[in-house]
Amino acid sequence: MEIPADPNLIVGLETFEDAGVYQLSDVLAIIQTVDFFTPIVDDPYSFGQIAAANALSDVYAMGGRPVTAMNIVCFPGKTMEISILKEVLRGGLDKINEAGVTLVGGHSVNDPELKYGLSVTGIIHPDNVILNSGARPGDRLILTKPLGTGIINTAIKAGKVDEQTIDDVTAQMAMLNKKAAELMQEVGVNACTDVTGFGLLGHACEMIQSDDLAFEIDHAKVPILRHAIKSAQMGLIPGGAYRNREFHGGMVEFASDIPQWAGDVLFDPQTSGGLLIAVSAEKAEALLEKMRNAGVDKASIIGSVTHGVGTKIVIK
Amino acid sequence: MTLTIDARGLACPQPVVLTNNAFDESDEVITIVDDEIARENVSRLAQSKGFDVEVEESDGAYYLHLKRKDTATGEVGNSYSSSVVLFISSDAIGCGSEDLGQKLMIAFVQVLHEIIPQPETIIFMNSGVKLVAEGSKVIEDLQVLENQGVELLACGTCLRYYELNEKVAAGQVSNMYDIVSSLFNAGKVISP
Repeated sequence: MEIPADPNLIVGLETFEDAGVYQLSDVLAIIQTVDFFTPIVDDPYSFGQIAAANALSDVYAMGGRPVTAMNIVCFPGKTMEISILKEVLRGGLDKINEAGVTLVGGHSVNDPELKYGLSVTGIIHPDNVILNSGARPGDRLILTKPLGTGIINTAIKAGKVDEQTIDDVTAQMAMLNKKAAELMQEVGVNACTDVTGFGLLGHACEMIQSDDLAFEIDHAKVPILRHAIKSAQMGLIPGGAYRNREFHGGMVEFASDIPQWAGDVLFDPQTSGGLLIAVSAEKAEALLEKMRNAGVDKASIIGSVTHGVGTKIVIK
Repeated sequence: MTLTIDARGLACPQPVVLTNNAFDESDEVITIVDDEIARENVSRLAQSKGFDVEVEESDGAYYLHLKRKDTATGEVGNSYSSSVVLFISSDAIGCGSEDLGQKLMIAFVQVLHEIIPQPETIIFMNSGVKLVAEGSKVIEDLQVLENQGVELLACGTCLRYYELNEKVAAGQVSNMYDIVSSLFNAGKVISP
């Protein structure tokens, strides 16, 4: 695809970033992103909440503030009750309002399969854009939400989890990355991406774009959803985890005593996951404490950035 | 008697669910799947349930020969739904030397995160609550377990007795009702 060069484009297609960023003036840039998908959970309201949080997340991952959103709806009008769509949209709108974002419209088409999400516009000062790249040796890696949504959702399909677990994973997926993004701008970080379909390791690979960098991750420090480890051991692992492992596995090295579930969880595709942040060692503890005090209570330091020979992630 | 499960064409996680059900009825199961993901998932299930796994590929399908390892002591029954609860009612293991007992408890907690399956919940009562308070030698190990989804419940009455209620560094403060419920709902309760 040939895209004509544009001097105002701060972030475009080339570098696997979370959203597009376009400079409007010396002090203002807009962030543009879109995301929608098929139902993740049974409850329509929760689905709306999760889809909205997921779409907004890409703006937060750049360090920006979402301001407007538009609904994207695909709906089987002839075979599904309209009340279901109303609940999905209500969930989405409540989440949009929670984020302080204004819904300005939307578009819907008839489709055999229900899908929902948002197109989102955000704003940011051009100097404050936080890219995937930018991590430096010596940085610490912070993950703001626990892993395991893909595995737990598979376990839910198998009928193997209780109501409490379903509520917990739904709450995690519906949680906005807003607080985490605000604190990250306040403290100052070097790089950030949000963790979604490629799993923690897939998205971590996107942050290592120079040959000189490597990540070291301590599997014991990674926050994980309750029952996810047990479910992974039971083989309730979504196909996406294996695809992620196949696609990015070449860049990852596991220490010899790492349990198998660790790899499964680290490659598990996440829905509306947290932010993976590279922050200088001096600021890491302060940022972590602020996040935990602000309700981002699963935020954890999971590893560090080192010098590398060839891009690599080492799991110990 | 060997049970055969033909899971070809079935969507995830059906192959795992059907194989797991078969384990309740037989020590030898052959599961047939037609994709690598199902092959991997069923293998993991079998290994976690104490079955040996041999995979044979034939005509575009994978035949997984699953045999329970030790039929004399192997558990029959779905151990996934029976959660393991660890009940720690002292900061030391055993009677005799208190010093030795405390060292044993520290070593016990430190080994926990390598154990499969993980306990679902760890309950701390009486002097056991000292393990979750500031100054405990196993705080970091308990925080790792908590991070990995293990629920840590520390008896509130006990924390107040030892004047540690403001010094909880891992887990959450709990009450007798939740603790007793957890014990009664457990599949297995282990008391070191």
